[in-house]
Amino acid sequence: MSKYVLRFTALGYLTLLLMVPVGFVFYRAFGDGFGHAWDAVTTDRAVHALELTLLLTAITVPANTIVGVILALALVRGRFPGRGLLNAVVDLPLALSPVVVGLALYLLYGRGGWLGGLAGHGVKVLFAVPGMVLATMFVSLPFVVREVVPVLREIGTDQEQAAETLGAGPFQVFRRITLPAIRWAVAYGVVLTTARAIGEFGAVSIVSGRIEGKTETLPIYVQSQYAFDFNTSGAYAASVVLALIAIATVVGLRVFQPKQEVG
Amino acid sequence: MGIAVVDVTKSFGDFAALKDVSVAIPEGSLTALLGPSGSGKSTLLRVIAGLEQPDSGQVLIGDEDVTQRPARTRGVGMVFQHYAAFKHMTVQDNVAFGLAIRKRPRAEIRARVHELLELVQLEGLAKRYPAQLSGGQRQRMALARALAVEPSVLLLDEPFGALDARVRKELRAWLRRLHDEVHVTTIIVTHDQEEAMEVAGQIVVLNEGRVEQVGSPRELYDEPANEFVMSFVGPVNRVGDTFVRPHDVQLLLEPEAGAAEAMIERVVHLGFEVRVELVRDDGQHLLVQLTQEEAEQLELERGQIVYVRASRETVFSAR
Repeated sequence: MSKYVLRFTALGYLTLLLMVPVGFVFYRAFGDGFGHAWDAVTTDRAVHALELTLLLTAITVPANTIVGVILALALVRGRFPGRGLLNAVVDLPLALSPVVVGLALYLLYGRGGWLGGLAGHGVKVLFAVPGMVLATMFVSLPFVVREVVPVLREIGTDQEQAAETLGAGPFQVFRRITLPAIRWAVAYGVVLTTARAIGEFGAVSIVSGRIEGKTETLPIYVQSQYAFDFNTSGAYAASVVLALIAIATVVGLRVFQPKQEVG
Repeated sequence: MGIAVVDVTKSFGDFAALKDVSVAIPEGSLTALLGPSGSGKSTLLRVIAGLEQPDSGQVLIGDEDVTQRPARTRGVGMVFQHYAAFKHMTVQDNVAFGLAIRKRPRAEIRARVHELLELVQLEGLAKRYPAQLSGGQRQRMALARALAVEPSVLLLDEPFGALDARVRKELRAWLRRLHDEVHVTTIIVTHDQEEAMEVAGQIVVLNEGRVEQVGSPRELYDEPANEFVMSFVGPVNRVGDTFVRPHDVQLLLEPEAGAAEAMIERVVHLGFEVRVELVRDDGQHLLVQLTQEEAEQLELERGQIVYVRASRETVFSAR
């Protein structure tokens, strides 16, 4: 009996909190027919926004994956002063409101900021792709690190040391032992990073300047359509695209992940 | 190849794990590093393997000073307490690892892996993953993996420590036979004196980072160098400054000159061996080991008064 109560509560909670709102977006997007929704997301402006979002994701995810694995190794295996501080700093993007992140970058690279002079040398950071990449990387940094750290702790160093005594150099140890051991943690971190990079709004919204057809990402486009252009069906249709990318990412992981990881 | 450890010192922060340790391991021997936890035995093994760098001193394998060489070029095979199995690889890939790293031809690797799996009696399990093996099987796989690269030295760090008592006993006997076949210089770290005495030809007793004694199991037991070795290598009764092994205590039913009165507190039947716990009239507790036959003749029972004297005792001069 209590089993059913538990199940019902969990399902009910998920339904109310997640399924109903997302389902409603789908419903409204296709409310005026599929053709209408298709037209809404194939305008030049919408396509550009999608391309820009995918570009940001394509840069951010590999960069944060590599840096994330290195950071995780440093946090778990490293013995250096300031490790505790680094550990706390890695979590900062989770604690900090994205709007604050955007504002910080704005102040740093804006006129009068420490790095504001870059603009004068032809390096345009604010209101351009570089700034948006920085903002996206900042907010999505912790995911790979946080997924990989506990797995690294759990596997310990025995396997790596065994490989070492068997003649493997540091790179071989990493490629043949460490990486396979953490691969599903990395994959899950990549999924979370991707989801965050695609969906990021607050920080990117501030540093991008929201220039139509130039620095407008898909989430920003959705909000513009909804709030300023009163094109609600366009906003819903674009939202569906965002949701579909997210669902595809998660489903992709589930498909490729073996049902039961051996070991 | 033989191994020589010369004046090795190693500290971890404030903790001195090894203090000026020198040990010679003869070629082809099976040597046990025996000591309680924290005695430095594992650290010594890891220094020999190259997994720890000593603060000072040297490690020689054969005639070569390998102190500055990384573990991967020392030609050692190492087996860890918790198996260190490569979980994402099959048994045969685990065993083949060292050969694959050395880029040996595929046919040679296959033949060698097959031969080794036969040696460790895992022929049928080549395609399994470590998670599908028992602890004893995993450790045999780890041993085959270490032997695959034909190491000049085999290092075993508490290899049977995580296994249950029965499997542990089986594997000890098996290791002994394996060493007779393979003849590679082997060092086994253990805190279990029985294990050390059963498998090793030479035992190095370590305590608090120092070598207390080096000798054959028999030498350690019969001629312990000091109190620590005496009490670590087998059970012992201590009466003042005198040490008596439990089997060197005689039990008499009638008083005799030189025998002290004692009361039986407990009689434990362990099959062939019977242990008797006594308390002497001066409050001193004693442990006595008898054969079942001796115990039956004396008809010992709890509360009974007997008379005890030592047939053999040891006194160490102050260190």
